[in-house]
Amino acid sequence: MADNIRQFVEFKIGDEEYGIDILQVKTIERMMPITRVPKAPKFVEGVINLRGEIVPVIDLRKRFDLPPAETTDNTRIIIVSVDEITVGMIVDSATEVVQLAQEDIEPAPPITSSIDSDYLDGVGKLEGKLLILLNVTKLLKPQEIEELAQI
Amino acid sequence: MNNQYLDVFLEEAREHIENLNQYLLELEKNPTQEVVDEIFRSAHTLKGMSGTMGFTQLSELTHEMENLLQEIRSKKISVDERIIDSLLNCVDVLEGLINDIEEHGQEQQRDIYTVIQMLKGQNDFGLNETKVSAENEKKDAFNFNEYEDRVVRKALGEGLKIWKINVTLADECLLKSARAFLVFKTLEGFGDIIKTEPSVEDIEDEKFENHFTLYLITSRDKKAILDSLTSISELKTVDIRNVEEDSIVVEKTDSVKAADENGTNESAKSFLTTEKTSKGTHTFKKTTKTLRVDIERLDTLMNLVSELIIIKTRLEDIKDSDHQAYRETVEYLERITSNLHDAVMKARMVPIENVFNRFPRVVHDLSREMSKKIDLVIEGAETELDRTVIDEIGDPLIHLIRNAADHGIEDPQERITKGKPEQGTINLKAYQDGNNVIIEVSDDGKGIDLNGVLKRAIDVGLIKEEQSKNLKEYEITSLLFEPGFSTAKKITDVSGRGVGLDVVKTKIESLGGTIEIDFVKDKGTTFQIRLPLTLAIIQALMVLVGDEKYAIPLSSIKETVTVTKEQIKTVQKREVILLRGNVIPIVRLNEVLETKKLDDSQEDLTLVIVKKGEKNVGLAVDDLIGQQEIVIKSLGSFLKDIKFIAGATILGNGEVALILDINKLI
Repeated sequence: MADNIRQFVEFKIGDEEYGIDILQVKTIERMMPITRVPKAPKFVEGVINLRGEIVPVIDLRKRFDLPPAETTDNTRIIIVSVDEITVGMIVDSATEVVQLAQEDIEPAPPITSSIDSDYLDGVGKLEGKLLILLNVTKLLKPQEIEELAQI
Repeated sequence: MNNQYLDVFLEEAREHIENLNQYLLELEKNPTQEVVDEIFRSAHTLKGMSGTMGFTQLSELTHEMENLLQEIRSKKISVDERIIDSLLNCVDVLEGLINDIEEHGQEQQRDIYTVIQMLKGQNDFGLNETKVSAENEKKDAFNFNEYEDRVVRKALGEGLKIWKINVTLADECLLKSARAFLVFKTLEGFGDIIKTEPSVEDIEDEKFENHFTLYLITSRDKKAILDSLTSISELKTVDIRNVEEDSIVVEKTDSVKAADENGTNESAKSFLTTEKTSKGTHTFKKTTKTLRVDIERLDTLMNLVSELIIIKTRLEDIKDSDHQAYRETVEYLERITSNLHDAVMKARMVPIENVFNRFPRVVHDLSREMSKKIDLVIEGAETELDRTVIDEIGDPLIHLIRNAADHGIEDPQERITKGKPEQGTINLKAYQDGNNVIIEVSDDGKGIDLNGVLKRAIDVGLIKEEQSKNLKEYEITSLLFEPGFSTAKKITDVSGRGVGLDVVKTKIESLGGTIEIDFVKDKGTTFQIRLPLTLAIIQALMVLVGDEKYAIPLSSIKETVTVTKEQIKTVQKREVILLRGNVIPIVRLNEVLETKKLDDSQEDLTLVIVKKGEKNVGLAVDDLIGQQEIVIKSLGSFLKDIKFIAGATILGNGEVALILDINKLI
């Protein structure tokens, strides 16, 4: 594969389509029982047992202050791993793996989606549709989380 | 550079540094030949190792150290405080160099020449040419005690031959002692086996890796022995060497040494040769066979055992199986898993000695620094603790020792006025108590000045003045652990690192332990640390709060009681109950944990009475589920600072239950 091609896991929240660099994704799981963690930040849904490992799960809808959605058969937990932190992210559905050339990725304009552009890596152009590329590292940055927990 | 070797190098180098520190302090008190030998050996091995790895500064410095030690060895100069200090200084620099190597993978430029000059200054004779290089020591040397020596010399006199036979068993050999027995049996046909390494008992008990050595007196030649041994299977290598008279070294006891006419000469030979044979193995104290295992492998093993325990619990939970055979099988499985758990846990256990060994040096430096005379008495250094705890407990203990030296022990003048011995004592004691290990740091100093503590607490705003009158003694001493509290009037080098006892407490609590203070005025202060033996698997009581399951560590539970609504009283707006004359506050877990509320109509309230130090608190739960062995898992760094929660565990049905952090709840 050429150096400038990157692969992304494409998923949906509401009507918007997002992408996460596949190198940061460990697995994609179906919805499973989640144990609530008291006193955790609001967007932390709880913890799950991922084959013997305890993994915190965050609800991306809550993280981005989007209205809650019902859990459906399509709901998935995308397990991402960044800098030794492993976290599950609840999304409405995970659709496919797509390839984007570097030239098809543009910096995120200030207002692209319902999400603060700080958390974006850019926007990918793919066959006429736009893929919002999430920056997982920033999304999970501890200080960020602590700040949010204070609110 | 090969990382694998670097790790081994670092680990061994640290051991030698520790040895050097330990024996240098010993040398100060007790300057015997053995101690000097021991120091020399460590320095020499370190030099060799560093040379092999290409660390020039390390080998240069150890080389100078060796020169000075050589002079001490040969009694050309005698040991005094100055020499000990410069040697200790040198060890500090060595340690710094080793730290650099650990961090950067190679040596960083450090100023070693000041120390070298200092060492040279001590070494007035400067007889560098007398330095013995290991390369010249090609000849094999053999160690015998006096009895063996006599037998050997007699045999040699009779024209018999002594063979040193090194046998290595094949790696896959299972019945090692049986193979060894066959070797013994065969060789006894040739003559007398006079000595074995390890001892015969250890070989019989399979207390050896896959290598042993024996010395045989016989008239037969090498080939005959070799031929007879090749018929035994599962031997990897057999190495036979001739022992010649002039290469024999006798390990002498002190009394004999005094009688030895050319003592220096003989023992000079002795230290060289013992050094050679013990190279890469052990100091004379430790002769057990060990295997270095990466801690991560043990962690993996422990995780697997944890998984096994979870599955076992799951099997136990299958209720509709009252089949006799099934139950027996599960019971058997239970026994095996718990034995396996113990065995893996033991493999992770390290004697606390590894931490304690650093402290004589710390106290030595402290007493110089503060011009107080302080003696450190260590007890129970053989007590074992989980490796992870060992790694973490060093700093809190150093802090407590500094604390004792700084705040506890009085100035010599003051002690004399009080009629105490001029020299203060710090006692460091470790022992096992059930499933806990207790570490006590006590001093015979002035105790705690309660009024001083109160005054300070009011000054820094921890408590209000009017509150201070009603505080019990233990409540006052617990103020010492509050963040922002430090009684040091001036910031000294010792206690002025900006951290207080609160850091010690936090660290110990993060290890699942507790700390308490006890003191008698003018007699001394004792800090008692209680630590769990293992961090990974504990007994816990499972409780239901709302519709959620939580685990409470059994170690902090006193009892469970059921009380009626009428028994609950309100004192200062807090709910309490009176239990056998004690007032116990109630914490309603469903409120604290913000769980769903079960219906309030229940007449009775189930309380789990938990203790923390002298305090008892009743935790109100909705139901008790039962006692269970649980595997503690971390919530991960993403959720590490969640209040009230110490971790999580996986239940038999695969669900996750959270473990309550009792220390934070009370």
